[in-house]
Amino acid sequence: MLRFILRRLIQMIPLILGITFISFVVMKMAPGDFLSQMSSNPQVNPETLARLRHNFGLDKPWWLQYLIWLKNVVKGDFGYSFSYHLPVFTLIGQYVFATLLLATTALIISWVVALPFGIFAATHKNGTIDKIASFLAFSFISAPSFFVALLALILAQKTGWFPVGGMQSANYSSLSAWGKFMDVARHLPLPALVLGTRSVSTIMRQMRGNLLDVLGENFILAARARGLPERKVIVKHAVRNAINPLITIFGYQLSGLLAGAALIEIVMGWPGLGFLLLEAVRSQDLYVAMGSFVMGGVLLILGNLIADILLAVTDPRIKYS
Amino acid sequence: MQPDPEHPNSEKSKTRQSSDPALDQAAIEPDLAATPIAAPEVPPPPIAATFAAALPTNTVAPEIGAADNTADRHAQGQLLTGRAARLSVVSLSPVQLAWRRLRKNRLAVAGGWILIVLYGMALLAPFIAPYGFASQDSEASFRPPMRIRFTPVATAFRVTSSFNQYHERIFGEDKTKPIRLRLFARGEPYRLLWLLPTNIHLFGAIGSERVYILGTDQFGRDYFSRLLYAAQISLSVGLIGIAITFALGLIVGGISGFYGGLTDDIIMRACEVVMSVPDFYLLLALAATLPPNLSPAVAFIMIIIILSFVGWAGMARIIRGMVLSVREREYVEAARALGVSDARIIFRHILPSTFTFAIVAATLTIPVYILAEASLSFLGLGIRDPMPSWGNMLSAAQNLATLEGRLWILTPGIMIFITTLAFNFLGDGLRDAFDPKSK
Repeated sequence: MLRFILRRLIQMIPLILGITFISFVVMKMAPGDFLSQMSSNPQVNPETLARLRHNFGLDKPWWLQYLIWLKNVVKGDFGYSFSYHLPVFTLIGQYVFATLLLATTALIISWVVALPFGIFAATHKNGTIDKIASFLAFSFISAPSFFVALLALILAQKTGWFPVGGMQSANYSSLSAWGKFMDVARHLPLPALVLGTRSVSTIMRQMRGNLLDVLGENFILAARARGLPERKVIVKHAVRNAINPLITIFGYQLSGLLAGAALIEIVMGWPGLGFLLLEAVRSQDLYVAMGSFVMGGVLLILGNLIADILLAVTDPRIKYS
Repeated sequence: MQPDPEHPNSEKSKTRQSSDPALDQAAIEPDLAATPIAAPEVPPPPIAATFAAALPTNTVAPEIGAADNTADRHAQGQLLTGRAARLSVVSLSPVQLAWRRLRKNRLAVAGGWILIVLYGMALLAPFIAPYGFASQDSEASFRPPMRIRFTPVATAFRVTSSFNQYHERIFGEDKTKPIRLRLFARGEPYRLLWLLPTNIHLFGAIGSERVYILGTDQFGRDYFSRLLYAAQISLSVGLIGIAITFALGLIVGGISGFYGGLTDDIIMRACEVVMSVPDFYLLLALAATLPPNLSPAVAFIMIIIILSFVGWAGMARIIRGMVLSVREREYVEAARALGVSDARIIFRHILPSTFTFAIVAATLTIPVYILAEASLSFLGLGIRDPMPSWGNMLSAAQNLATLEGRLWILTPGIMIFITTLAFNFLGDGLRDAFDPKSK
């Protein structure tokens, strides 16, 4: 098992290298660079511009810039943000945290909501609630997430139940540690709910399908024949077996949520990786964009790795040598 | 292996069945899921079908299996009753069977009809829309929808806008100047279906007044007309995008599966790299690289190319898996042994077996593309003004202050929702219908 994880971690290296290369090429495909916005400003001296460009290393050919960046990354230096005047590594940390916070909360919400509904839908197959639930599941999948985010913001504005977007109130820095925690906790539910609703439908339908399969098995028939109460049959025998295949979804869902979070972050002003990426890409803040891009990829790969490990742990039929 | 002459469909049936492992494979491995852009957000494949393959089945043989094989059919002759018995006598092709199952799925049928109506509306947009998508009325910025009265004649009133004592925007009707409406009114000239030049629109106002049944946007452009023209853009993005993705996926996946070895390794590693980037990050970064002075038409094409570029890797991997599994099938081997040419094997035996997969995957992937285009356009990175798309029409709503009291701005979101819902209903129904293991 340990060897499997180790091997997978080593396999990640070329993958991440590939991601850095793609992101660098994409960033360099854009016309101009961070400084070209300044060059249209007549007050900026062209010599200053040339010096800045030289300092930033933007006057070298793109492949050389890439190699230099790569060399620095190996040394632990992820570059410098042109617009924030901060090292990328320090800058990105809080954004990664925000994205992870949002994604995991959404994950928890989706499971807490989806499992009971899935079980109920399966045990009351083709009942009214089952039909409504499956219709709602389709609706959640089909609703454009930015549109749902927009509606959520309107709701927050009209009712005042939630803060309208963002992650922190304006007076955040003056709050005590507990106050800061509560402030973020107040901002978190709405975006997490918007992000989580999409996975609710996925997990619910999966749970329903799995449970229906298990309920057709012989050991369930046997349990019933022995006169076990139906509740016990469902909870102790059926659900436990049906939930196993779902565990693998967990990891993939994490990576899916990370990607899906980007749009919701942008619309709802949640300062996560996607939010940062869009800003950096717009202002051509090269190394910040690279950093968030690569970080997104790393999180996704880690999510897949977790999924594979969970699969190996829960399914004895799968052998990793 | 010659097909049984008595059962002209038996050969097809086998090719049909052969696609299931590929479908199942796609279902079991979530990272290979049929949708390249947002795999986890797509309705999960019916688990019943996925696991039925792995578990020893104790159910009665499904109808197709019975109609498939003469010997089995005779053996089970007595078991089949009712519809099954009739089916086995008539001996329908798998496509016909699937069609029958599909028609019984009410949600799928409803989805299909909604899509026909939507695409019909998009085709006839210039006729149904009273105005062109760029036609402005400088005095009518953000006018709310007009109420239309049908008695005694179709009339609407100009909407006036003012503020009450709380500084809230309120709208009223200017009853002094009724606007007469009529069907088949003359208006701006256009070409019907890009061919027939005419200036007759489905409805319109008589005289110089304008009618806004869904209100106007900030430039005083008729929202209803733009909604219809936007349907042309938004609905075609999905279709063209999926076509390009399939073409790319078929070429790359086909080469990878056919040649194997080092080529296969390199291509698959490349696919993995592309798939390891969160889709929306890649979309965002690529769309942001488009120069701001691009013409709307070029931007439209570039957006489609970007969407397909992000989606090709997942498709290529699935197609490679299918090529690999189909290549080793007995009927392909048999065809090869009979001396059938490679081209004929590919077109008669391998491609048909991927057909149902293609239909289902396409139906379920198109909404993902539509959503992606809408999201990009919403952020101002996709389709550009004055060309309307449902996404960029919504971008005015990004500012909640603009949205205050102007909820008609949100109508494109409802259109996107209806479209994706219809596609998902139809796609889900198709998958169930094509699945021979479904009851």
